[in-house]
Amino acid sequence: MKDEQKGKREKILKGIPASPGIAMGGAYLFTKEMPRFEERAIGSDDVRLEIDRLTRAMEKSAKELSKILLFAQQKVGDSKAKIFEAQVMVLEDPVLIDAIRKRITKERKNAEFIVADEIGKYAHLMLAAHSEYMHERAHDMEDLRNRIVRNLQQEKLISKLDGSVIVVAHTLTPADTMILSRNHILGYATDLGGITSHAALFSRSLKIPAVVGLGDVSREVQTGDHIIIDGYGGTIVVHPTVERIKEYEEKREHMAEFESQLVHLKDLPAETLDGHPVELSANIELTEELEYVVLQGSQGVGLYRTESLLIGRDDFPSEEEQYIEYKRIADRIFPHRVIMRTFDIGGDKIVPDMADEANPFLGWRGVRVCFDRPELFMNQLRSILRASTRKNISIMFPMVTTVGEVHRAKTFVQKAKAELQAKKIKFDDHLPIGVMIEVPAAALTAAQIAAEVDFLSIGSNDLTQYLLAVDRGNSLVSSLYHEFEPSVLMTIKHVINAGHKQGIWVGICGEMAGNPLATALLLGLGMDELSVVPAILPEIKKIIRSLKFSDMQEVARTALSYGSRSEIETYLATFFKKEFPDIPLDSL
Amino acid sequence: MVEREVTIKNKFGLHTRPASLLVKVASRFKADFYICKDGMEINGKSIIGVMTLAAEQGVTLLLRFDGEDESDACNAVADLFERGFDE
Repeated sequence: MKDEQKGKREKILKGIPASPGIAMGGAYLFTKEMPRFEERAIGSDDVRLEIDRLTRAMEKSAKELSKILLFAQQKVGDSKAKIFEAQVMVLEDPVLIDAIRKRITKERKNAEFIVADEIGKYAHLMLAAHSEYMHERAHDMEDLRNRIVRNLQQEKLISKLDGSVIVVAHTLTPADTMILSRNHILGYATDLGGITSHAALFSRSLKIPAVVGLGDVSREVQTGDHIIIDGYGGTIVVHPTVERIKEYEEKREHMAEFESQLVHLKDLPAETLDGHPVELSANIELTEELEYVVLQGSQGVGLYRTESLLIGRDDFPSEEEQYIEYKRIADRIFPHRVIMRTFDIGGDKIVPDMADEANPFLGWRGVRVCFDRPELFMNQLRSILRASTRKNISIMFPMVTTVGEVHRAKTFVQKAKAELQAKKIKFDDHLPIGVMIEVPAAALTAAQIAAEVDFLSIGSNDLTQYLLAVDRGNSLVSSLYHEFEPSVLMTIKHVINAGHKQGIWVGICGEMAGNPLATALLLGLGMDELSVVPAILPEIKKIIRSLKFSDMQEVARTALSYGSRSEIETYLATFFKKEFPDIPLDSL
Repeated sequence: MVEREVTIKNKFGLHTRPASLLVKVASRFKADFYICKDGMEINGKSIIGVMTLAAEQGVTLLLRFDGEDESDACNAVADLFERGFDE
């Protein structure tokens, strides 16, 4: 209200919803400028004092960092906490410390200047290297330099915030997110970042609403501004009007009420009113999500994105590391099933050491990378097989284009099995093998592929993007991306029929699976399994349990009879509003 | 003084983990240890220095040791490269 009186206009910014929830409060603009200091000459009598000051600042920095490391290990797990190790190691680098001390003594300059200059030299060299990995390490070094300089000046740490705030930043490093999370943070909003960025992953594990990829939120917002963050819809409202605040308070209440209504569904099966069973499972990225998935009443994991193991590290995890991670997931989800998708790297997925490609989505990604890096692929297959002794793991291959690739991938599995057998290591010899259908060529030849595997899972995001020749990330054409295009629905229908003719089940694990508008349509087309983001699972279960299978088939028939996506969408929305007037549609 | 040429075999080069292993092993010896790459010379007992080399797979480095236990140090460090840092 105050803002309005001062004449500040309400502004709405759209980004990517990274972690669900709604929060309102004061913004805290987190900027990462280097602390200011001057280059200062010191007298020969002061050298001793200056070095003492340096020692204390280094000790303080080491204490802070070890706290962050510990906090990170507790909050997000050992594997992700590794990101901080480089900084800790460098802080203890005897050669570096010695060089800084000697320069202070010899050049008689203040510690701030020497520290910044000495570490800056290295950061500069790292930035000159042509690798994303080295650039990240350079930022680590800048972080470290700023920390020491700040401690030399005994400035207050940004980690001590007054009250509860919504943090707004250009981008957040894992260290930033961790340090800030020691305060009561209501939400995170950043200019950069995708759904898999560090800030997004961490805020989901910490259950704090977050919106990323906002473009210029850090320029639009100043510390103290009143803002609303909507992690369901991916929206930020700056200087909200009284009406807007009321609207979001209602939405928050509504969501809370709706979420509490869904709790009793947890232990009920996902089946239609007339008893048609549906497999409803969850997509996961992190082992930290496991408890949430179980709590949401999932019947299993329909897509475990194994490439998330690579986030925040510069090498590939060893067979043993992978085995431990896979086993933990299989054990927790047992007696249900976990479908492990082999590394889907390339495209827009994070990976160390990848080639520069003009057209990454048509490039080196998914199973193509695995074939070219057989040692990596074999490592992963052996770890998955070793974790499969409870017989609840399936393997799925991403980005398959031809039936020849299916043969090739299966040969790798055979080889991995033979190696384990030779070592007398146990595994599930009948472990089901499936393929993601996301390339149009694979969809067209689904019958031949289905003859070779135990299941098919439709990756609707990529399938839609490839079918419509639209890059979703390109704002010039992204409005053309739509999963209710008749061509997309016809392709899905074709894949389902091809699978069923071969007697195997067909599922879907893209965003479409979790779109409440699509539930009746997909199941009506004959989809056997829906794998959705954990947050939406209870809502989808409610929809499934409220409809008859015969009605869903009618919905599918009607939808396919329309010639345009706008007609299909209008029809589905009308049907949905009629059947589920109390389900909030913009909760996605 | 002893010198030895080594080639980086492990796939991701001298990233954080092998760099720290290299520094740890080298620091067990008294001999000074320098690594040369493309005219750049860094102290091999400094983690920040070793990381800065950004030495990737296939790159050849010149190791130089100087001190009483220089040949033992040289053998121990060269062995790490030979084993691909056990990666």
